[in-house]
Amino acid sequence: MCLAIPGKIISVDKSENPIMRTGRVSFGGIVKEVNLSYTPEANLNDYVIVHVGFALKKLDESEANKVFDYLKEMEDLDELKEGEE
Amino acid sequence: MKYLDEYREADAVMKYAAMIKKITTKPWNIMEVCGGQTHSIVKFGIDELLPKEITLIHGPGCPVCVTPLEQIDKAIELASNKNVVFCSFGDMLRVPGSKKDLLSVKAEGGGVRILYSPIDALKIAKENPDKEVIFFAVGFETTAPANAMAVYQAKQQGIKNFSILISHVLVPPAIEAILSSPNNRVNGFLAAGHVCTIMGYEEYYPIAEKYHVPIVVTGFEPVDILNGIYICIKQLEEGRAEVENQYSRVVDKAGNLHAQNIIKEVFKIRNRKWRGIGEISQSGLGLNDNYSEYDAEIKFNLNDIIVDEPSECISGLILQGIRKPFECEVFGKICTPEHPLGATMVSSEGACAAYYKYRNKMKV
Amino acid sequence: MNEQEFSLSCPIPITNYPNVMMAHGGGGKLMQQLIEKMFITAFGNSFLEQRTDSVLLNLDKNKIAFTTDSYVVKPLFFPGGDIGSLAVNGTVNDLSMSGAKPMYISLGMIIEEGLPMETLWQIVNSLKINCDLAGVNIVTGDTKVVDKGKGDGIFINTSGIGIIEHDFTIAPSSIHEGDLIFINGDIGRHGIAIMATRENLEFETVIESDCAPLNHVVQDLLSSGIEIHCMRDLTRGGLVSGLVELSNSSGYEFVVNEKDVPVREDVNGACELMGFDPMFVANEGRFISFIPEKYADAALQILNKHGEGKIIGRVEKKNNEGVTLISRIGTKRILDMISGEQLPRIC
Repeated sequence: MCLAIPGKIISVDKSENPIMRTGRVSFGGIVKEVNLSYTPEANLNDYVIVHVGFALKKLDESEANKVFDYLKEMEDLDELKEGEE
Repeated sequence: MKYLDEYREADAVMKYAAMIKKITTKPWNIMEVCGGQTHSIVKFGIDELLPKEITLIHGPGCPVCVTPLEQIDKAIELASNKNVVFCSFGDMLRVPGSKKDLLSVKAEGGGVRILYSPIDALKIAKENPDKEVIFFAVGFETTAPANAMAVYQAKQQGIKNFSILISHVLVPPAIEAILSSPNNRVNGFLAAGHVCTIMGYEEYYPIAEKYHVPIVVTGFEPVDILNGIYICIKQLEEGRAEVENQYSRVVDKAGNLHAQNIIKEVFKIRNRKWRGIGEISQSGLGLNDNYSEYDAEIKFNLNDIIVDEPSECISGLILQGIRKPFECEVFGKICTPEHPLGATMVSSEGACAAYYKYRNKMKV
Repeated sequence: MNEQEFSLSCPIPITNYPNVMMAHGGGGKLMQQLIEKMFITAFGNSFLEQRTDSVLLNLDKNKIAFTTDSYVVKPLFFPGGDIGSLAVNGTVNDLSMSGAKPMYISLGMIIEEGLPMETLWQIVNSLKINCDLAGVNIVTGDTKVVDKGKGDGIFINTSGIGIIEHDFTIAPSSIHEGDLIFINGDIGRHGIAIMATRENLEFETVIESDCAPLNHVVQDLLSSGIEIHCMRDLTRGGLVSGLVELSNSSGYEFVVNEKDVPVREDVNGACELMGFDPMFVANEGRFISFIPEKYADAALQILNKHGEGKIIGRVEKKNNEGVTLISRIGTKRILDMISGEQLPRIC
């Protein structure tokens, strides 16, 4: 369910009312206005994951490589094992 | 695109597939809960990369598929009203009610509009004060904050000609319903990453413990899905049943509290019917009492529309992985993607629709 | 099309008739004025000068191609084109796909009462400019006006005649095992350009429709002696519909590599956002061609001169029709047409 894709915030429109906080988000060059009220921590140049016009969450860049780091670890382990044989 | 393309790289995909093969020794049934994950699996052919011991069961996590027939009929009744602008996400328009779909209402001149966001419906309401603007608020937890915000803003701004027709369902009760069935075949779950983005994953701990199943919060790209399957199989092979989070770049344990607060403000938990499955207790959302003026069913007195699901359809059993589409009597005969009877034939990601396409090509 | 090409002012005095009226299709003076001042001014050529009920044409060939198509599009103007450019290029491209050299176009317009005269003039200008770009003449036409509310501004029908100067049979029946499948550029721009302007889905973008005439590139391919087996322009239903149709009618299996199909990043971004697959999105200036491998370099060179040529796949065995896509991760998927148009997804 729930098509949500990552995009980069290219401008933030400050509003007095936090529930009206919006910004312009670029998806590979396509720009759409997105409601940022659920991601007050997200600012210019941050990546957010967007669903039906709402940013659901700021993307955690430090976690983004985890899947690849794990692969690397497993490979190193494998090489180690093969080296021992 | 950054944060998408790298998770579709063939190299990492193949490495994860090889790792899965290496650790799999027994047959396992894994259910991906979410329709978005099913879509990725079908689109990228991820199931082809798995060892034959692993069967993927496509879960009920498509809000379009599980919206019950009577809600579709209510939508059609509302949309046929000359004074109504009926707004909906695009993919709901093709879902058949008991007689027709919203696309045909549009063809007959009904005021049906496709929106990208529920917030846009508020704009339409403000621009058309003489019309009643209704948004078809379907979805799981992921979409709830957006739909809640539309209602919340409507109340704040005093917009009176706006209401929503709700078919909002929740994931954990559906997982429990599947697990508590005596016919359950599911050994492990890939939980829906974007649902957990909003809700976090604490509510899955008691489920994993009670039913002794691994639940892995998983993303939507090929590398994510294979990584999720790997973590799940590893647990199963080692006899563990834990909650793990594969999708940590977007999901944390607590979820999005800002979003949860608005959901709690606007919605309350209630029983909901699921197309093909039936009513599941406490499995969905309805409006809180102080927002009931925005409930289209109350505003337009629609509660007397009750429709029975076609009795021939076994999509409930298919969604639970108990039966395969070709074991259904009406599959490919009176039930086709053009004229679907049930949830699993409705959406292009549904198991029956996928099998139909495949079988057709194989000229069986 | 740039702004200044529209700078010619509308020849119908705006003060008199700012909008099209029923009488503009009524056969009387107003209709005469519309034809003389607007259409003849714009399209004027020796054929229209004949002013006869049917135009007389000399073709000097005993093999001609003939096609017709109607154009209904909302909005009438979109980034990179308008209903006028679609109406000319659509028909030019249909002729080009049989290897014909497009020559003559007929123009039938059904105009909704109340259409601003200025809008009509813009469309007429666009028709004229696109005829010039493609090198074709509008030689006959018809105008009708319908009551307000009975049309979407304007509907256009164009028919076209082209001459065949080559000796190939360019048709699905000529497709052969081992043929390479070429495309002439990136896909999905037209569909996304239209989508971007749709009410309530709009987004900021610089994506312009790929709407363009294909006769020049096709004539170049033919005149350089490349043996084209089959061509198909990719319009509604996108690349997949073109491939599946030809696979079905030729009886051959096609294998297409997803990673070789060019898609611009912004088109891809829009597709991700809406849940579309660019392989199914409409184009107006793209075509696939089936050409034996020995001409691959020559064909690519010509395609690159006019756009961005790519080999996207290959014709495999007979009696196994269907289109197989090798995904970017190396898995295989069967491609099938979609029923109806793609609708934005939430899931």
